[in-house]
Amino acid sequence: MKRLYKQAHERIDRSQIIHFHWQGAHYTGYAGDTLASALLANDVKLIGRSFKYGRQRGIMAAGVEEPNALVVLEPNSGYHLPNARATEVEIYPEMVAQPASGIPSINEDVRAWLKPLHRFMAAGFYYKTFMSPASWWPKYEEQLRKLAGFAPAPSQPDAETYDHYHRQTDVAVVGGGAAGLAAALAAANAGSTVLLLDERPQLGGELVVDAARDPEAAAWLARTRAALEAHAKVQILVRTTAYALHDFNLLLALERRQDHLPLGSRNPKLTRQRLHRIRAHKVILATGSHERPLMFANNDLPGVMLASAVSRYQYEYSVLCGSKPLVVGNNDSIYDVARDLVKAGTRPTVVDCRIGYDASDLTKLGVLVKQGYTVVKAEGRDSVERALIAKTAYSDTHGWVVGESPETVSCDLIACSGGFSPLVHLDCHTGSKPWFSTEHQAFMPACDKPHRYVAGSVNGQSNWQGAAAEGEYVGLLAAGQAANPVAAPKLLMVADFICPELGRDKIFLDMQNDVKASDLELAIRENYRSIEHIKRYTALGFGTDQGKTGNVNGIAVAAKIMQLPIAEVGTTTFRPMYTPVTMGVLAGSEVGLHSDPQRFTPMQASHMAQGAEFEVVGQWMRPWYFPQGSENLHQAVARECLAVRNSLGMMDASTLGKIDIQGPDAREFLARVYTNNWAKLAPGKCRYGLMCDENGMIIDDGVTACLSDTHFLMTTTTGGAARIYTHLETWLQTEWPDLEVYLTSVTDHWSTTGVVGPKARRLMEKLCKDVDFSAANFPFMDWREGTVCGIPARIMRISFSGELSYEINVQANYGRFLWDSVLEAGKAFNITPYGTETMHVLRAEKGYVIVGQDTDGSITPYDANMAWAVSLNKSYPFLGQRALTRSDTARAGRKQLVGLLTDEPDKVLNEGCQLVAETGSKAMIGHVTSSYFSPVLGRSIALAVVKGGLDLLGTKIYAKPLSYEVIPVTIVDSVFYDQAKEKSDGEI
Amino acid sequence: MFLIHCPYCGELRDEQEYRCAGEAFIQRPGLDCTDEQWGDYVFNRTNPKGKVIEQWAHSAGCRKLFVVERNNVTNEIYAVRTFESYKEQA
Repeated sequence: MKRLYKQAHERIDRSQIIHFHWQGAHYTGYAGDTLASALLANDVKLIGRSFKYGRQRGIMAAGVEEPNALVVLEPNSGYHLPNARATEVEIYPEMVAQPASGIPSINEDVRAWLKPLHRFMAAGFYYKTFMSPASWWPKYEEQLRKLAGFAPAPSQPDAETYDHYHRQTDVAVVGGGAAGLAAALAAANAGSTVLLLDERPQLGGELVVDAARDPEAAAWLARTRAALEAHAKVQILVRTTAYALHDFNLLLALERRQDHLPLGSRNPKLTRQRLHRIRAHKVILATGSHERPLMFANNDLPGVMLASAVSRYQYEYSVLCGSKPLVVGNNDSIYDVARDLVKAGTRPTVVDCRIGYDASDLTKLGVLVKQGYTVVKAEGRDSVERALIAKTAYSDTHGWVVGESPETVSCDLIACSGGFSPLVHLDCHTGSKPWFSTEHQAFMPACDKPHRYVAGSVNGQSNWQGAAAEGEYVGLLAAGQAANPVAAPKLLMVADFICPELGRDKIFLDMQNDVKASDLELAIRENYRSIEHIKRYTALGFGTDQGKTGNVNGIAVAAKIMQLPIAEVGTTTFRPMYTPVTMGVLAGSEVGLHSDPQRFTPMQASHMAQGAEFEVVGQWMRPWYFPQGSENLHQAVARECLAVRNSLGMMDASTLGKIDIQGPDAREFLARVYTNNWAKLAPGKCRYGLMCDENGMIIDDGVTACLSDTHFLMTTTTGGAARIYTHLETWLQTEWPDLEVYLTSVTDHWSTTGVVGPKARRLMEKLCKDVDFSAANFPFMDWREGTVCGIPARIMRISFSGELSYEINVQANYGRFLWDSVLEAGKAFNITPYGTETMHVLRAEKGYVIVGQDTDGSITPYDANMAWAVSLNKSYPFLGQRALTRSDTARAGRKQLVGLLTDEPDKVLNEGCQLVAETGSKAMIGHVTSSYFSPVLGRSIALAVVKGGLDLLGTKIYAKPLSYEVIPVTIVDSVFYDQAKEKSDGEI
Repeated sequence: MFLIHCPYCGELRDEQEYRCAGEAFIQRPGLDCTDEQWGDYVFNRTNPKGKVIEQWAHSAGCRKLFVVERNNVTNEIYAVRTFESYKEQA
């Protein structure tokens, strides 16, 4: 292989020499080279080892269809990219690249040493061989995984960023070849806005090869490209792969913005890659086609390449892929490739399985043209040295038959063409099935969805003039203009699939997954009939290339073996993505702190100044506990608990969901969504409410204050706020549109400071002069309007701890000021801020449930021992009421909420711990839902759900944690502390 | 990815703004229904192949619920209507 003299149309820039590293060695290329073209120019033939057999592999293609040349870029850095295709990678100065395969290296691969065993390693080998004993499966898997796969995942965090971009356009054109360019220009000239996408670094597609061959094509390309670039209606995205087309013409495209730049000159302010979410009124698919390799023995040997790729390397990169080439195929395109090779100064051998093409221009130049022959085998130690060719004969009944006694042709390159497969992928993403055309010997796009057009070689056009004409036609149609249909396409003369007899020789279909023609034969012999099953048994069409070069050949081979028409075998399903997409670009900017919003109460800065530890509740950052000095969680919680029980604590309760409910029917609405009664709740009063779903299970609870007869303020659990708001809106809008009720989420509008403990009244009297806090005039479950620290406030006397407690609600912007003022004024009472952990202990001591911790969607109000909160005689049945009398919800022996005390007071059970009736029993009768050490009681306490537990008070049962311990516990009432409620009025 | 015309906002918007809220027009039985009828109401849905009539909510928009009639095989949307429009029809 060598670099040719400078050509007019080459896209490399010889003035810029690029130094790069491959496998630890130093190489040079030119600006504009891909890694593949630079390696070919450096005569690097071996570029990978195969997946299963460790066979030597070289570069086969020039584009995204490449199955072999997988490489790792910038290993062990933040720029690490595994399994990139060398044919797509543009080299930049000091690029570090290495092969993605090879155990331990591509020069010496242990799998290749197993060669004598390879013939036993057919499809299904692993399934059949490593069957028993089943207990060894994990061991087998561990060992076999080491032998399979490609490059490992990056180990460093990604150094670059990604984003998403939403776009709208009248017409989106996928593909910048002849058809795409013509379509984009026609649509834009007709007045549509056009977005033109192409995966390559510059527009032109396969037309660049035609442009090098034909001055007329070169002039057309230059003219059209210039017109598009200057057109105000056209936006062009290059290095952009449209990888999925969804319903309603949502086109997803990956733009590689900085991958081609040297690491040092990438702009950190710009994203590396961008995902474009494009909504297009019309989509034109001008995606082109991929050449299929020809099937013959050892067709995976380095030096076997796609014929069209050889021409692309020659014209775009001025790289001659072989000095003694042999061109072989079943269609007319190979003669153009042979002419290109003659132009490059070589004397190729042309082998055509058909007879009849007029190649006199070539034979006159001394080119050996063997018609009625095909290659049956490639031979060579490390790369192609010879080809064996044999006579072919075609009959309608048997198809192609290849003769015996082959001749040997010496060559160093086999450029092969087995026809062209249209890139129907995007058209199929929305469920369309491609159809098989015997004229084209290819699966063609159905294009049966609205607002979609196909043009160019994806639709069977075989020359650039036909593609351009069809592109212009669909461009006008997409822009809503009348257009004359194009004449019938000039067909590429292409013969049926040809595959020599299957013998011991390896004829590869899917190079990336090492699937051979004989594997398909075996699969079918074992009665796999559907192509989807054959695919999964043999791995045909898996991997990072998804069978771009191998699938259709595989389908043809399967059809031949099953003696079915190819159309009847059909294709496997084409699913997004068309080519691999980085995880980074899918996540976009939603990483790190942006992956989920963090919500803070207005008091956050104060909590941080106090040294609080935080826990995430819903999306809220809530103070978990407030350690002093070197206190750990348990020490801090013990101190906080005792402070609240014995004197005074304060907590930030701002995160509770708050829903403002107004309207003449607000009271009736509450009665329908809560299980309890709301008819008599007067303004100035609060009530605890329990909410069920229609299945009768508890979904939320909270206190609702009556502000006026038509105005209520509901609180929900912190994590349930959004869900409950949606739940209420849904019922209001769908089932009860006759109720005049308006819901507003006001969670963020109010902040809440709880003042909790026996001395709470004394502090409140200091802070607020216009409210009478005496127990008689401001009883439990009342609320008052007043002025606290000069701020208008709603003060609710409600409690989640059993202590005297006032929750001061102020407009959110005053939250921090109020909190700090209470903290300062409370110093006289040694006020102690406490977090969620202390709150949990205090409520458990009183047996108050937390919805979602003590309930799990299978607990009714009766199961939770809260029959007092259920009112069955309301005029309209509340949500879930009917379900409470279902045979299953009403039966005896349901799990019920009870308290548990361990025999050993210091033993704290694990939450979730299973409960059994007898020490030796394995039958679970319940589980622990909440468990803490209670500082005020000086012992452990737990809440649990136990089958029929409310009838078992005083019974001894056993907790069985994972440690095989058996812990004796006694079932007790769930209220552990102050059962007589003597503390609720605090210090009088 | 659907484009859905919100009958309240009056705009064709991306599916990401919406939430599907399940089958529409499910009748809520009274307290006197049998356990089986209640079970059907709570748990069982018709789940047809082809035309479905669903409730959708414009959850990142006006937060209103409305009815979408669509084909769950071809993804064609036949109609987007308010609940009121069905009442007027009846």
